[in-house]
Amino acid sequence: MSNVAAPGPESQRHSHETIEHPYEDLGAVGMLGAAAIDLMVGGRELYSVFVRTLYYVARGKREKGALARQMYEIGNRSLLFLSVTMGFLGMILVYQAGLQAKRVVPDYTLLGATYLELLVRDFAASLGALMLATRVGAGIAAEIGSMVVTEQIDALRMCAADPIDFLIKPRFLASIVMTMVLVIFAGTVAFVAGAFTAYFAFDVPLQTFFNYQLVDFGDLAVGLTKCLAYGAAIPIVSGYCGLSTFGGSEGVGWATTRAVVNTSLAIIILNFFISGAGFLIFPG
Amino acid sequence: MAANTSASADGDKGPGALRSFLGGIGASFLEIAETAGGMTILLARVVSRMFPPRIDSRELLKNLFKMGVKSLPIVAITALFTGAIMVIQAATIVKRYGAEGLLGWGAGFGTLREIAPLLTALMISGRVGANNTAELGTMVVTEQLDALRVLAIDPISFLIAPRFISIVSTLFMMTLFADALALFGAAYTGEALLGVSPTTFYNGLTSGLLGFGDVATGLVKSVVFGLVIGLASCHFGLATTGGAPGVGRAVNSTVMASAAGVFVLDYLTSFALGG
Repeated sequence: MSNVAAPGPESQRHSHETIEHPYEDLGAVGMLGAAAIDLMVGGRELYSVFVRTLYYVARGKREKGALARQMYEIGNRSLLFLSVTMGFLGMILVYQAGLQAKRVVPDYTLLGATYLELLVRDFAASLGALMLATRVGAGIAAEIGSMVVTEQIDALRMCAADPIDFLIKPRFLASIVMTMVLVIFAGTVAFVAGAFTAYFAFDVPLQTFFNYQLVDFGDLAVGLTKCLAYGAAIPIVSGYCGLSTFGGSEGVGWATTRAVVNTSLAIIILNFFISGAGFLIFPG
Repeated sequence: MAANTSASADGDKGPGALRSFLGGIGASFLEIAETAGGMTILLARVVSRMFPPRIDSRELLKNLFKMGVKSLPIVAITALFTGAIMVIQAATIVKRYGAEGLLGWGAGFGTLREIAPLLTALMISGRVGANNTAELGTMVVTEQLDALRVLAIDPISFLIAPRFISIVSTLFMMTLFADALALFGAAYTGEALLGVSPTTFYNGLTSGLLGFGDVATGLVKSVVFGLVIGLASCHFGLATTGGAPGVGRAVNSTVMASAAGVFVLDYLTSFALGG
């Protein structure tokens, strides 16, 4: 277990080699097997980070101010980035939906209602979380990764402080709260930006666009479940990538890359399962 | 930004706070202008190495393999799941109106025009763009670029141009690939979830409501996204300062600049290409 966070010299050399020459001397089957084993080991370690984080949420020490600091770091500092990207996204989605509607039924009365339903159920949470994954995930991995390579994590262990309790837990709680808040805010931004696009591009009156009829409890439940799941996934996956940094200061760059990719993948896969379950639980 | 934060931390509400607030805004504008200018100059330099072509071909091939071929699995997974998600989202609407023949069109329109290029760009920006910045940044802080210059090797035509071309062509090819796989995923999710057979799905795709124009819009977008990601990742990699921690910061700014640039240009391209 401990080799997640602090790879010994053996595993360090080994993993460096696998990066440089990925399974050169294995055959095709061997490569497939090696990749599968890597995936399994990674999944198990990720799971263990998750379980330990949950354990420390319940039983860990509380450090004063850590949570507020992380909430500021994750929440307030992502606000501008998220508003800009989601604002543009709202404009694009409505513009494309308007084009789509023009081809089949040139009727824009339900444009706003349908858009709001899709936004609540999927786009606000998923695309907002993808943006947060790049902004927050990269930040968490870079910070924890550079702590690993400068041996600050080992120093924490020496002081009998588990890095999961001390570093991941505050980020985990802060991210769950702040993802929820940011997604709701960014969804509002996207909806208002969309309303103005519809008004200027397709002459849809704002009163027609602001239509809440199609949003029901199921949409809201699915959307909020997604926020919760993504908020939990971002710090866990990127924290795991940060903790498994190896190979000195260059390694921090690779860890950041891995964090962004894996967090985005986690969001897309979670989205698939939550959307599917949501469709089966709340059909219509 | 930093001045802004410290002012609010002091709780100072006097004219000094206002000045530092405005100063913060001005500083961030200057920073954005500097980045945009740097990226434009870099683009001009890269383009100037193409006429006549002075690009290291071995480096180009190596990067095409590393960025293109090795991104295939991640793009495939993303595309399959994305297609499935698009069908699940369209499913509610299709069920409401009972228009199963339109499922292919509904999921296909959004996928081909918007979601497949966008998500592929975000994944490639994370996997390739960030990686490229980390690599270039490490080279810069360990003075390998100066070593190249000492050997009279032009770093732009040896390092930057091949990477830039690789990123743009990777994104273009990956988008083609993602389009196909997303529709494949969508067709089979439609069958599993709604009982719409893949044949009905493909008929809905090809029945005339969707044309080559929709695919072309997505592909044009992918080239634009490739330009942004390539420029951002090379620019921030080359502009790395401050030793090893600087590499982490450079990667962070690449990912954010690529994401923001992709969304802004997506909007502008959508409008420019119109219906």
